[in-house]
Amino acid sequence: MPTRPDRRSLSFHFAARFVAALLVTASGLAAAADLTVSAAASLTNAFQEIGTAFEAANPGQKVQFNFAASGPLLQQIAKGAPVDVFASADQETMNQAEQQKLVVVATRTNFVRNSLVVIVPADRAPPKALADLVAPSVRQVAVGVPASVPVGRYTKAVLEKAGLWAQIEAKMIGAQSVRQVLDYVARGEVDAGFVYASDAALMPGKVRIAFTVSTEQPVLYPIAVVAASGNAATAERFVAYVASPPAQTVLARYGFGKP
Amino acid sequence: MASASLDAAWIALGLSLKVALWATALDLVLGVAAGFALARLRFPGRELVDSILLLPMVLPPTVLGYYLLVVVGRRGWIGSWLEDTLGIRLVFTWQGAVLAAAIVAFPFVCKSARAAFENVDVQLEQAARVLGLGAAAVFFRITLPLAWRGILAGVLLAFARAFGEFGATLMVAGSIPGRTQTLSIAVYEAVQAGRDDLANLLVLLTSTACIAVLLLAGRLAPARIPGRS
Repeated sequence: MPTRPDRRSLSFHFAARFVAALLVTASGLAAAADLTVSAAASLTNAFQEIGTAFEAANPGQKVQFNFAASGPLLQQIAKGAPVDVFASADQETMNQAEQQKLVVVATRTNFVRNSLVVIVPADRAPPKALADLVAPSVRQVAVGVPASVPVGRYTKAVLEKAGLWAQIEAKMIGAQSVRQVLDYVARGEVDAGFVYASDAALMPGKVRIAFTVSTEQPVLYPIAVVAASGNAATAERFVAYVASPPAQTVLARYGFGKP
Repeated sequence: MASASLDAAWIALGLSLKVALWATALDLVLGVAAGFALARLRFPGRELVDSILLLPMVLPPTVLGYYLLVVVGRRGWIGSWLEDTLGIRLVFTWQGAVLAAAIVAFPFVCKSARAAFENVDVQLEQAARVLGLGAAAVFFRITLPLAWRGILAGVLLAFARAFGEFGATLMVAGSIPGRTQTLSIAVYEAVQAGRDDLANLLVLLTSTACIAVLLLAGRLAPARIPGRS
């Protein structure tokens, strides 16, 4: 009756392989010498390229990115996410990180500048000024949720100063990141949206920049090493690399300005 | 502050209930019809149709959300038609949230309705027909009452699934407070913004609402199954 022992050894074999697979995964997690960079959504394309270049300049070093709106990135770090470098799209979020002692203050630098623009779907007539957005023909306007998305915070500040916030808020479609605003406008689901100039430049065929909005606070991106990083030396090297000429060239190509 | 949070939470709860009830009502009609057709009609490709109808149960909600966005969006082939001829827009509206929830929850009604109809003794229907009942009367007075318990179980599951829908809803309906921001989306947004006080309130409210739904379900569909020998 060889069938039974056979089957048993077969299932034992599978169980052993399953456990082995789990162990391999677990050891992969434990030996995470990789650098984890949490960066604002607007940096997605530029940072992916910079990460590849950084890996090439530092053989054996792996960089993994976590892109989202700066607000949720801060929340993740505050809740203990294993992050080494944090780059946010506004000073406000980094200030909060500093107050909560989540980043190494000495490593904080502004590495890039951006500007706020109003975009419309490419097939629509662009408005000329903020006040035009109040017109009934503009039914829905995409704005990053001000509570957690920096571009939404800049937008709200600008509209409040212009005395238009209440009117725009009534037709506001809240987005979870600047890239979601871009997507809503590119699909034509909304009539206008507020994004950074660097985002608008990614989809020239689908969205059109109506005008640039001057913000009271300049759109300056800070970067810093996370205090809980177990990889501080490499993290500092990455922060320095982002400010170096090769990385700045990449950022400039994606429409970012010098700080 | 605390009362503003509470107000926001109640509004989100009301919206979640409204969306889930509408979605369940839609699924009840469509799911029972589809389940009945699958149980009784013989046509080529029946199992393929069955698989396609069950797809929302297996596909990630983000995939469904993307399909919906592409199809019912302003530039989608159904979406542009709806807007041009009827002036209806689904994206960023609570009706869009209903559509997303209804599609995600549909398989629960359809699958249990099919199983329930297949379990109905065909001889009872034949007897009713012999005694002179028309097709509609047989369905509503014999078949449906016999299958009802199984269908109800599926409907309650569908309601629970629609109530908790998140991914497809967020993609299609967005997160507009008071209009499309359901409880599950409000929790997500509160956590994103670091408002743990509001998040705590919302998850407690959600949990309480779910327990209430389960208790109600127990009331409506007692565990005892009528004796079938």
